[in-house]
Amino acid sequence: MAQNEKSLLGKVQDALHGSMLLELTKGMITTLYAFFFEKKVTVQYPEEKRPVSARFRGRHVLNRYENGLEKCIGCSLCAAACPADAIFVESAENTDEKRFSPGERYASTYEINMLRCIYCGFCEDACPTEAITLGDNYELSFTDRRQALYTKDMLLVPVLPGGQPTPQVTAPGEFTRSVPAMKDPQD
Amino acid sequence: MTKLINLNINNTPVTVPEGTLVVDAAKKIGVDIPVFCYHPKMEPVGMCRQCLVEIGRPMIDRATGKPVLNEDGSPKLQFGPKLETSCTTPVSEGMAVLTETAKAKGGQKEIIELLLTSHPLDCPVCDKGGECPLQNLTMEHGAGESRFLFDEKHHAEKHVPLGDLIFLDRERCIQCARCIRFQDKIAGEPVLGFYQRGRNTDVVTYSDPGFDSVFSGNTTDICPVGALTTADFRFGARPWELKHAASVCAQCPVGCNLTFDVRREAKTGGGYVIKRAMPRQNEQVNEIWMCDKGRFSGYQFTEAETRLRLTPVEMESALRRASDILAQSKSETVFLAGGRLANEDLFTLKKFAAALGAQAYLYTQHGGGEFTTAYGLTSGSNLGDLGKGDVILVVASDLYNEAPLWHLRLKAAAGRGATLIVANARATKLDEFSTFVVRYSYGDEVETVKGLPAKEKIGEALKNAANLVIFYGADGLGLAGTTALAQACADLVKERAGKANNGLVGVWSSPNQQGALEMGLRPAQNLAAELRGKTVYLLAADLAGDDPALAQALKGAKAVIVQDVLQTASVALAQVVLPASAYTEREGTFTNGERRVQRFYPAVPNVATSRPDFSLLAAVAKGCGVDLEGRSTLLVMNAIAAQESAFAGLSYAKLAEVSEQYPLIGRGDLYYGGTGYENKQGLGVTLAPAEAVTPLNIPYAALRPKEDELLGVPVTKLYDDGTTLAPAKLLAAHVERYRGVVLHPATAEKLALGNGEQAEVRLGGARYLAKALVDASISTGVVLIPRSMGIALTEPAVVQVSAAEKAQEA
Repeated sequence: MAQNEKSLLGKVQDALHGSMLLELTKGMITTLYAFFFEKKVTVQYPEEKRPVSARFRGRHVLNRYENGLEKCIGCSLCAAACPADAIFVESAENTDEKRFSPGERYASTYEINMLRCIYCGFCEDACPTEAITLGDNYELSFTDRRQALYTKDMLLVPVLPGGQPTPQVTAPGEFTRSVPAMKDPQD
Repeated sequence: MTKLINLNINNTPVTVPEGTLVVDAAKKIGVDIPVFCYHPKMEPVGMCRQCLVEIGRPMIDRATGKPVLNEDGSPKLQFGPKLETSCTTPVSEGMAVLTETAKAKGGQKEIIELLLTSHPLDCPVCDKGGECPLQNLTMEHGAGESRFLFDEKHHAEKHVPLGDLIFLDRERCIQCARCIRFQDKIAGEPVLGFYQRGRNTDVVTYSDPGFDSVFSGNTTDICPVGALTTADFRFGARPWELKHAASVCAQCPVGCNLTFDVRREAKTGGGYVIKRAMPRQNEQVNEIWMCDKGRFSGYQFTEAETRLRLTPVEMESALRRASDILAQSKSETVFLAGGRLANEDLFTLKKFAAALGAQAYLYTQHGGGEFTTAYGLTSGSNLGDLGKGDVILVVASDLYNEAPLWHLRLKAAAGRGATLIVANARATKLDEFSTFVVRYSYGDEVETVKGLPAKEKIGEALKNAANLVIFYGADGLGLAGTTALAQACADLVKERAGKANNGLVGVWSSPNQQGALEMGLRPAQNLAAELRGKTVYLLAADLAGDDPALAQALKGAKAVIVQDVLQTASVALAQVVLPASAYTEREGTFTNGERRVQRFYPAVPNVATSRPDFSLLAAVAKGCGVDLEGRSTLLVMNAIAAQESAFAGLSYAKLAEVSEQYPLIGRGDLYYGGTGYENKQGLGVTLAPAEAVTPLNIPYAALRPKEDELLGVPVTKLYDDGTTLAPAKLLAAHVERYRGVVLHPATAEKLALGNGEQAEVRLGGARYLAKALVDASISTGVVLIPRSMGIALTEPAVVQVSAAEKAQEA
């Protein structure tokens, strides 16, 4: 049939495609270009660490206010939101002599089972005081299941300079609100 | 027969009795109208305006008085220009109610927005959060956003103690007055009220000490916001974290249905603990209420440090020793059972005692059980049905202190028109709500009851009563006295035996005394003499702690085996101690004073090696070669049903049956009836009347107060040092209030005793120091001595009282 007749050049091209020589050459050029001329992406972990993205969801931290009071008020909403049932909270009452957080209530027990956690960040969303946030730390390895249970002192961030550790002694009537006035998140 | 009214709600035709409120009629067909201040158990007030709906009524032609008709012949409806509150509007013929129109919805939405302007953003820390009507209705009917600024919110005092049990958060209060109305109308203790006006309106308590009511906990259940919360559950858990276990209160013979809420706790190593007790609806027993004693002391004793604990090895050897002792003593054994035991335990105990040929007694000072089993209430009885034409007689009982829920229900019955006759030697709280008060002198109880039919008005009422229920207690009476009194009361109600809503009710001191009586257990006439030289097996009975004379008698016993939940004085005298499970840790049934058998379910796991009483008994019996069921309460109940005539036909399945109860509680109806729980686990079954038995013939010579003598009479106070109450720390202050002997001011003056001063009470050779309390409502020749408060007085006796200082000088 007339349509199926091919020129000589066409036949050579077909042969080249068939043996994939062209593709191999193209690929090798790319590889060699990257090897010789591009910046290396290999990082010498763990000596060297890559920065994580702004919205990275790593191990949780419990935040503090500048004065050192804990943001967590022990409301258990994070535990309620948690789809993996990884969070356990127990709460107790603040007094001015022994104050952990603003308002009436604080978390007396706060535990996260990191083996259960799926790092979805729902706890962050549920938190009314921005107390729990997912941090940058992704280096979680355990030699014992119990080590995966992060308690409150492991999760709490250090007191900022100028702040006081909890429990604090505070003036009566100074910290009566559990939930601070907050703006809608801009990010 | 009440007139029925036809109306349309959201174009669905409804037929309800005349006088029904629109909001209730809507509820009947499943139309939810949001409410805050309205509560189905109370009269409407229309304070919160949340229940706004559109209501149309048939238009009437003024000239002819005939309804105006549309062209198609249907009556023309006239809708008002404004929305109406459906909770204050009774239904009328031909009415049309629209709850879903834009106008109605808009009204509801705006009211919620208005309420939220002065409501704090406390939901994360509020104990009500998660079961809060305001939260739920805001989600359902409210606007998604507020037009008000956070900074402009109304701020007020938080965490104000109204009493030591109830806290008020003034910011959260929406001024619905449910708590105030509950105290006024249902509890009959108007100790709460509003103070100031407008935005400053506050709930305050007028009593001293604050919120002085034994029903105060109920206000937290019906509070539609988190304004009223209990001290017990403060920050205890979030409601959604709780698991629920149905139970029956074991603090008095009413047998209130309740639910224990449990969760895991870090302090118990992840084990389950009870966080709170909440009422569970049973319209025939406790409706949707419970008293503070049940709420704040119902489970605390099960977590007490004084729980008996044994290691598995110790337990095994204790069981073996008990078996050895009993195998040797055989018929020379006396079993003493307290009224705290479940029906299954009592039955097993009875079988074991019968197999050994031993005696089994009920440990109580409250006699007359043979009459309550024969002439008690029967199937179909409900105190909530008593009303006009019915007569209720309360004799020698201070129901407010002995069985608060009966007090509440009798007060309600009197409110519905029932004739309530209260006969007592002293004033009680029920007097205020009664139709007739009969006052007699201590010692005249039996004569007084016998003389009632001869009285003009009371005799007439008793004769013409459509239904007659008699409650008799042990106020100022011992075993012999109560037995004689029961007989006199039984004579009044005898002919009505077997008829629903007629009968004799004993106001016992323990939850299952009626059950023990139905099993045929009876109190011993002379207990101390019975114990001498015998092997004594005590179950949930603390003889030594109650009475030094009985402690002496126990020392004279051959051997003592104690099976109990807590460390008691009797445990110290025992050769063998067996730790039993508390009722929160096991399954079983109680029979309440109204003869209703009710199931309770395990809420938490057993403490240490403790086992249910019936199981311990069966294990001990096995060592004696007696084969008893010790594994499953269900199998024991089946045996009870087969062998005990009163329990014939009963089964766990039957006890767990439920039927629709009104008002609707729980589910999505928190805003309507409160946070009490819906009953899904069984309403219980009332026993058939037992055959009349020949009564015990206990000789009874009543002691009467004489000149120059003080007659000590035992009375029961709500809060005392009872084994199951003392571990409840929250109630310690309440117990202290009642601690002491009560004298008339004139008597106290004669003895040179001031109110609150230390007095020395001498009773049969024993000396006690007690606080003297002055009460002008009692007579001069008597001194009231509360039971279970350290002074062992089991029946009226002559006592000497003097000022303590003087005794020391002499």
